[in-house]
Amino acid sequence: MFIKQLSVFLENREGRLEDVLQVLKDNEVNIISLSLADTEKFGILRMLVNKPEAANGALKRNGFSSKLTDVLAIKISHRVGMLQELLESICEEHINIEYMYALSTGKDDASMVLKTSNLDFAEKTLRAKGVEIVTPEEIADIQV
Amino acid sequence: MIWNETKECMSRDEKIVLQGARLVKTVDRVYHNVPFYRRKMQSLGIEPGDIRGIEDLAKLPFTTKVDLRDNYPFGLFAVPQSEIVRIHASSGTTGKTTVVGYTRRDLDIWSECVARAFTMTGVSKNDIIQVAYGYGLFTGGLGAHNGAEKLGATVVPMSTGNTKKLTTMMIDFGVTAIACTPSYLLHIAETLEENNQIDKIKLKVAICGAEPWTENMRRQIETKLNICAHDIYGLSEVMGPGVACDCEYHRGLHVYDDHFLPEVINPDTLEAVENGETGELVFTTITKEGIPLLRYRTRDLTSISYDTCECGRTLPRISRFKGRSDDMLIIRGVNVFPSQVEAALLEMGETTPHYIMIVDRVNNLDTLEVQVEVEERFFSDEVKELEKLTKKIEHVLQHALGIAAKVKLVEPKSIERSMGKAIHVIDKRKLV
Ligand SMILES: [Zn+2]
Ligand SMILES: [Zn+2]
Repeated sequence: MFIKQLSVFLENREGRLEDVLQVLKDNEVNIISLSLADTEKFGILRMLVNKPEAANGALKRNGFSSKLTDVLAIKISHRVGMLQELLESICEEHINIEYMYALSTGKDDASMVLKTSNLDFAEKTLRAKGVEIVTPEEIADIQV
Repeated sequence: MIWNETKECMSRDEKIVLQGARLVKTVDRVYHNVPFYRRKMQSLGIEPGDIRGIEDLAKLPFTTKVDLRDNYPFGLFAVPQSEIVRIHASSGTTGKTTVVGYTRRDLDIWSECVARAFTMTGVSKNDIIQVAYGYGLFTGGLGAHNGAEKLGATVVPMSTGNTKKLTTMMIDFGVTAIACTPSYLLHIAETLEENNQIDKIKLKVAICGAEPWTENMRRQIETKLNICAHDIYGLSEVMGPGVACDCEYHRGLHVYDDHFLPEVINPDTLEAVENGETGELVFTTITKEGIPLLRYRTRDLTSISYDTCECGRTLPRISRFKGRSDDMLIIRGVNVFPSQVEAALLEMGETTPHYIMIVDRVNNLDTLEVQVEVEERFFSDEVKELEKLTKKIEHVLQHALGIAAKVKLVEPKSIERSMGKAIHVIDKRKLV
């Protein structure tokens, strides 16, 4: 059960992030989680939003390179070392983590967004460990 | 099949005599009817009588795009306006329009040349051909259309823009040939692929032109659609599509030199280069009535061969274009053409992404940065992938140019377009 993440290419140019946010706002898209991968030359903005398809279309119409990518969102309890344990179990299966960032569900437990190699297998492995996977419906329900 | 065997397979000696006679007439006509040429010839101290054959060609003045613009709109026409039956126009990169005019005979010859070209690609009266170049002021649509009609083929005048209708008709009509730009054809191929319709088409051949494309792109088109793709060349100043075209052996484009007298010159010295050497292609139109041009500098770089082709034609062949003489940059002592960057980027995918070359000088050393727009098809949500893409482009450019270029990925539409066309070079060295 993957979640559609909205990714946008950004040049390191002043005001571009604001431009993206403005487009989303104009199209009544709520941003649930946002992370910016910044390199020396360019940036990639990654977001979970309530209406991924509509948001993707709106950005394209406004000339942005954007796409929807499958990612995995997992719930982790606040117990110390929990995240580390999970990552280790993924690593043991030779699954690479491409990137991850935190997702606030507004509830008690913390969540993480993960993009890995072989996402199917990663999901299976995590489920086998008893990890709870966040559903797209849950994401859409999050009120920010 | 050869459309006009007499002219296309004529011996070199006979051809030279024919060209000479036509050149003499043309020179006489422009001298008496076009004040611009009379002045130019007078300033060089020559008279029509000094031109006795093609051996005297080098005595004649050159014509450039600027001359056409300066004489906008009808200043270079050699017949009264009442004799002109068609106008075409093109807007160049600078935004200024160049206008050309055709007499009825010019149109007949144009159709003849296109019919020769199409025949060269295997198209005949038994074919159904879709013309998917733009119809209008641009010479592509009407030029290809009239030639295909002359050939007797069944012409479907699609123009551009409605790919859905085009593919539907291609299937329903059993279309066997198409004339369009190579990038549009790739788009058509993709559309057919997406709809699982490739095996429903009867297409055999494509005649592509009006933009630069590479051998790689030809192969892609040919394998995707299981057809043969041909390269047609032309420019509105000289006539339009059908000045040259490649035959089934794809070893360069045959020039119809009984109408368009080619020369290849060194763009710096303006002297002719040896056959086979690269230089700027120059045309003298030797049958045109509306707007005959003496030694028109195309700025296209190519080489020419007069060896008889395996197809039996004695028409000279020009090689695939190597660049534009007015675009040449010298970076760290190496000649670099934007078209090389374009061709290299084309190897990355099916169409060229928008790019701009920024040349600068840092600590007395030339630097080249190539900014490439990250279109959707290149975009990845992973930093690693985009860095890989950067490296890959840098590698391809290094190979193509022989010098290192730094690649920067930029957002779509961030590279400035002027009049719809992209500016491809910023040379900051000139600003200091
Ligand atoms: Zn072929
Ligand atoms: Zn040939």
